[in-house]
Amino acid sequence: MAVETAEAPASASAREAPKAPGSLRDRPFTAWLFLAPYLALFVVFVLGPILLGLWISLHSWDFNLPRKPFVGINNYKDLLDPGSVSFGPFWNGMQATGIFTAASVPFLLAVPLGIALIMNEKFPGRNALRAIYFAPYVLGVAVIGVLWRFLLDANIGLVNFLAGLVSLPDDTAWLSSLPAAWVSLVWVTVWWTLGFNAVIFLAGLQDIPREQYEAARVDGAGAWQSFRNVTLPGLKPVTMFVTMITIIASANMFGQSYIMTNGAPGQETRTAIFYIAEQGLQTFEMGTAAAASWILTLTLMILSVAVFFIFRDKDEARA
Amino acid sequence: MSPTPRPTVQSTVPSALTRRRFLGLSALTTAALVTGCGGGQGVGGNEEGVGGFTGEYDGPALTLAYWNGFTGGDGPAMIDLVKSFNEEQEDITVESNPISWPDFYQRLPAATQAGKGPDVGAMHLDQLSTNAARNIIVAVDDVAEALELEEGDFAPAVWQPGIYNEKRYGIPLDVHCLAMYYNKDHFEKAGIDEPPADAASFDEACKKLQGAGYDTPFWMPNLWPAHIMFLSILWQSGGEPYAEDGSEATFASEEGVAALTWMLEQIEKGYSPPNVDADAQYLAFKNNKTSITWDGIWQINDLQATDMNYGIAPLPVIGNEIGSWANSHNFFLTSQAAGDQDRSDASKVFIAWMSEQSAQWSKAGMIPALNSAREEAAFKESPQYALLEQIDKLHFLPAVPGLGEVTPVTLETAVNKALLGQESPEEALSAAQEDATELMQKNLEKYGG
Repeated sequence: MAVETAEAPASASAREAPKAPGSLRDRPFTAWLFLAPYLALFVVFVLGPILLGLWISLHSWDFNLPRKPFVGINNYKDLLDPGSVSFGPFWNGMQATGIFTAASVPFLLAVPLGIALIMNEKFPGRNALRAIYFAPYVLGVAVIGVLWRFLLDANIGLVNFLAGLVSLPDDTAWLSSLPAAWVSLVWVTVWWTLGFNAVIFLAGLQDIPREQYEAARVDGAGAWQSFRNVTLPGLKPVTMFVTMITIIASANMFGQSYIMTNGAPGQETRTAIFYIAEQGLQTFEMGTAAAASWILTLTLMILSVAVFFIFRDKDEARA
Repeated sequence: MSPTPRPTVQSTVPSALTRRRFLGLSALTTAALVTGCGGGQGVGGNEEGVGGFTGEYDGPALTLAYWNGFTGGDGPAMIDLVKSFNEEQEDITVESNPISWPDFYQRLPAATQAGKGPDVGAMHLDQLSTNAARNIIVAVDDVAEALELEEGDFAPAVWQPGIYNEKRYGIPLDVHCLAMYYNKDHFEKAGIDEPPADAASFDEACKKLQGAGYDTPFWMPNLWPAHIMFLSILWQSGGEPYAEDGSEATFASEEGVAALTWMLEQIEKGYSPPNVDADAQYLAFKNNKTSITWDGIWQINDLQATDMNYGIAPLPVIGNEIGSWANSHNFFLTSQAAGDQDRSDASKVFIAWMSEQSAQWSKAGMIPALNSAREEAAFKESPQYALLEQIDKLHFLPAVPGLGEVTPVTLETAVNKALLGQESPEEALSAAQEDATELMQKNLEKYGG
C-alpha cells in the first residue's frame, strides 16, 4: 500500500519536471543511489528470504542434516494430496485461519470505527480515553495470551465466576469447546488490537474537511446522513488500508491460539501459521513449512487484490 | 579431532577433594584411551567426541557455555551446583544459561549449527537420539568409561535409551516421573488413612472425598500432563506406545483404549469437571479446590514453597502393576565443543563433576539416577523418597530420532479430543496411531539414510 501512494506523486512530478540539463533524467543513477539504502535492506531482509523460501520449499530441508535432497514440487503435492499425512493438519490450519479471519475482521473494522467516531468528538477526558483504548495494543501477545488464558479458564477463571454471580451460565468452556473458543480468540484479538485500527480511523476522520459537514448540514442532512455521505466516502482510502492490513494480520494469527488454547479442542484452533511454525521450527521440516507458507501467501495475495478491486470499483462508479 | 591424550602430570585444581577425585580418575586414562581410539568410525558422518578424556583439565583458562532448561523449581538447585563447581575450579568457569525447555530444543540446533551454541548442556533422555542424529551432540563414551559408569549403576531402564547407534550420548543426572499428590487435610476429613494404591481404592477414595463435600476430587487435564498420565497407565497394563525400532506406533492397542477410557470415566463419574484448561488441575490442587492430582515430581519444590499440607505417593495401579512414565536429564557435549580439544576436555570435567552430584540434585525435586546416590541422606530425606517403590518400574520412551516431534501432533491431540468428548477413545487413538506410524516411517527414512 505504502508503495502505491508513494509512487503516485513521484511519477506526477516527474512528468511535470522541466527538461533542464542536469535533471534526474540525465543521471539515472542518482535515483538509484538515493534508493540504495532502502533497496539493500529490502533485498537482504525481504526479497532474499522470499526467494530462499521458494528454494527451500523444493527440498526436504532440515538445516541440521547434511543431506537436503531436492524433491521438486513434492512438498506442494503432499500439502494438496488428501491422502498424505500433511494434508489434514495443514488444511485444518487453513480452515481455522479462515474462520478466525472471517469472524474477526468485521469486528476489527466496525468497533474501532465506532470508537474513532466517539474519540473524534470533543468531551472532557477525551485524551485519557484515547490512551485507555490504545493501551492493550502496547502489550505483547504473550502477556495478553496468559492474562486471558487465566481469566477465561472454564473452572477457575474470573469470567465464569462473574457470569455465575449474575446468574448467567458459569460453565462455558471458553478455551476448549467450539464455538466458545473462537468467541474467546476473536474477543481477545479485538480487545487487544482495536486501538491500532482506531488510531488510523481517527487520523482519517481528522483529514475530512469540516466544510463538507457544514455543507451537508446546510443541505439538511442529519447525523446519519452526514455519516453515510460524508464520513464513509471520506474514509474510503483509510478503510481500504485498514481492511487489508487487518485481513493480513488476522490471517497471521498464531500467538493467541498457541498460548490460550494450544490448538484445543483437538486441533480445531490450530491456525495455518501455528502449523507452519510447528513444522519449520519444531519438527525442522522446513521444506514443508516453506511450501505451506507459499500457499498461504498466495491465498493472501489473491485476497488483497480482491479487496483492492472491491474498493476501487466503487470509487470509479461514484466518480 | 585428535585422540591424543593431554599429559596429566599436574593438577591445577585447588580443592583437595577435587584433586583426589581427579587424580583417581586419571588412573583410568588408559581405559578412556582405548574407547577413544576404538570409536573411530563415525555414524552418519558424526563428529567424534571421544577424545581420550583424562578426567582432568590442564589447558588454558576458559569459560564454558552451559545450556539447560532448569527454569522452574529446579533452577535454584542447578545455580548452586554450578556455583560450587566454579569455586572448586581454577581454570574452568561455567556460565549457566537456563532457557525454558521448548525454546531450548528450538534454539540448540540453530545455535550449534551457527557456532554460537553451548559447549555442554543438559537435555532430556528422549531427545538425545534426535540430536545425535542431527549431529548436534557427540558421543561421550569416554566420560562414562572414565567414571566407570555401567548400566547396573543406574536406575533401571535409564541407561539404554542414552545409546544411539551403539554409542552413548548422555550421562544421566536424574530420573523424574509422575507422582500422585494428595491433599492430606481433605483425606483426613474424608476418613482416608492411606493414599489409594489401585483402581478400586482410588475410586473408593474419590467417592469418600465427594461424600466429605469435595465435589470434584480429581481434575482430569486434557492438555499436559494428560498424555504422560495416559502413557503411565498404558505401561502399567503392559502396553507399549511405540515399537522399539521406531517403525510404528502401537498406542491404540487394547491397553491404550482401556487407559484412555479410564481417564474419561473420571470425568463421566463426576470426579473431574469437564474441560479442564491448561494447568487448571494443578492450580486447583494448590488452592485446595481438588484433592488429588497427578503431576511430575518437578512440582515438589513449588508445593514445598506453599504452606499446603500435601502428600506424595506413587501412581495407583490402574493397569496390572505399579509403574510410571519417566524421563531423565542427561549431560551432553556439543559437536561445536568437540572441535576444540580444550573445550571438549573442560566440558567433560564438568560433566564428570556434575554426575557425581546426583544426590545434591535431589534438592531440585528429582530422583538421582545413580543407585549409590539414592542411598545418600540428601535423597532419603527428600519428599520424593516416598516414590522409592516406583523407581524400579519406570518406563522411558525408546531412543528413536524424531519421536519427540511425533507425539505432540498425534498422541497428545488424540488424548485431548477423547477427554473433551469430541471422539471416542478408540476413534481418536486409532486415527492418531495411523498418522504417528506414517510420520515415524518418514523419520526412519530421514534419519536413517
